[in-house]
Formats: sequence, structure tokens, C-alpha cells
Amino acid sequence: MASPGPHSRFSARVGGTPASISEAAGQVMAIAEAHGYDKAARFAVRLAVEEALTNALRHGHKGLDPGTPVALDVEMLPDAMRIVVEDQGPGFDPAGVPDPTLDENLNRPCGRGLMLIRAYMTEVRHNQRGNRIEMTYQRPAP
Amino acid sequence: MPSPESRLRVSQDAGVTLVEFVDRNILDEANIQQIGEEISGIIETRPQPRLLISFANVDHLSSAALGTLITINNKVRNKGGQLRLANIDPQIYDVFVITRLNKLFNIHADTSAAMSSFQ
Repeated sequence: MASPGPHSRFSARVGGTPASISEAAGQVMAIAEAHGYDKAARFAVRLAVEEALTNALRHGHKGLDPGTPVALDVEMLPDAMRIVVEDQGPGFDPAGVPDPTLDENLNRPCGRGLMLIRAYMTEVRHNQRGNRIEMTYQRPAP
Repeated sequence: MPSPESRLRVSQDAGVTLVEFVDRNILDEANIQQIGEEISGIIETRPQPRLLISFANVDHLSSAALGTLITINNKVRNKGGQLRLANIDPQIYDVFVITRLNKLFNIHADTSAAMSSFQ
């Protein structure tokens, strides 16, 4: 991985271990902090990055070699961060994910990652295949 | 009892098992799995577990951690026990609100309030 710093782009290939997810998220946090993102913003971005990488490696890469990496790209814009996570799996239909906040789903231990990403990011897009998520966090006005 | 590498601090008070986390970030899946197994072990050794989980040292968590908490809650209920959560950082409490899990869990501001809520 490239060393973190106040540069405008960061790319990494994240392997299939929890440690690699934490390491990549830590790199993104260092960049966000270097660009002046406050604690609340870093909390939101970290949550989204961790959830997107976990989803990609756990669900997107199900059935693939455990070492298959996920691509992480972060671009620092003047007032926003754009984070892209792309896996090498067949993709999924985001519209098919059950709403975990419905009463009948509250007791289910899984299925909250995507809704947390949507809650904390300003904009979330998926490609048609469903193996790529693009998340934008707009920095709140001072 | 937890092993020396435990991710938890466990103590007893008035028939309540108090569980605190060693880690500030409850994110790493390996840690979460270990935490789940340790707490499940505590639940299994008690007929009607009364469990208080304190988040005093925690400043980040993940959906996988929420999933583990739900599993713990289900195990406690299945044994006729009671689970309380306390000392949750406001940012983390927002995650509970967003997911509506504040409706599922019995959450208290601090350990003292949680202790007095056990029946």
C-alpha cells in the first residue's frame, strides 16, 4: 500500500484478512485527518470503508480464492471524499437486500452494512453488475 | 474464566455479570468472533444470565459487532436471562438508532442505571 499523506488520491488492493481491512481503513483515516476531516466525519468514513470492504470480501468474493484482493480507491475532492470499492465477484442486486430496520428483521444478526453505508454517506452508487460501490462523503460546511 | 488474551474484562456485582471491552474499536471480525465466543461461554455457565455490557472504552464498532450483540441477546433471552447495555458513546448510539436496534436492546446511560434496571 502507498503511504498515507495529504495527497489527493489513494489506491490499495485489500486482501482477505480482517487485518488488511483494518490497515486499509487506517490509511484512509490518516488521509482524512491530514485533510482536516473532523471526528464525526472520520467516524462516518471509517464505518463506510470497513463495511464496504467487509461486504466485498465476505459476500462479493464468496466462493473465490480467499486471497483474492478487493480494489480500494479514494479521491480527495475540494469538499468531499469519493471512495470506490470494487470486488472481483459476480455482483449482487442492492435492491434485493432486505430492510434490516423492519420489525421482522430486527433480530437478524446480518444485513446492516449496506444500510449503514447509505446512512452515513452523502451519495452511494452501484454499477450495473453490482460488484462496485462508489461512496461520496460531502464535508459539512464550516 | 477468560484467557489471558481475552478481549474482555469480566466482573461480578450483585448477581450481575459486568462485561467491558478491552478494544476501543469493535470492528475486526476476528476480535468480534472471539468476543462473541467468550460472552456465549459466560451465558452458558449461568442458568438465567444477568449480563451488563459496558461500552465505556469503545469508540467504534461495525455491523458485524451489532450482529454479535443480537446473537448474544437471543441467547440470553432463550435462557430466561436479562441483557443490558450501558456507557455507549453518542456517535455509537446513533448507529443503534439508525438501525433501530435501540428498540431491541435495553440501553442505559451508565452502569449504575443499568444495574438498577435488573428485575
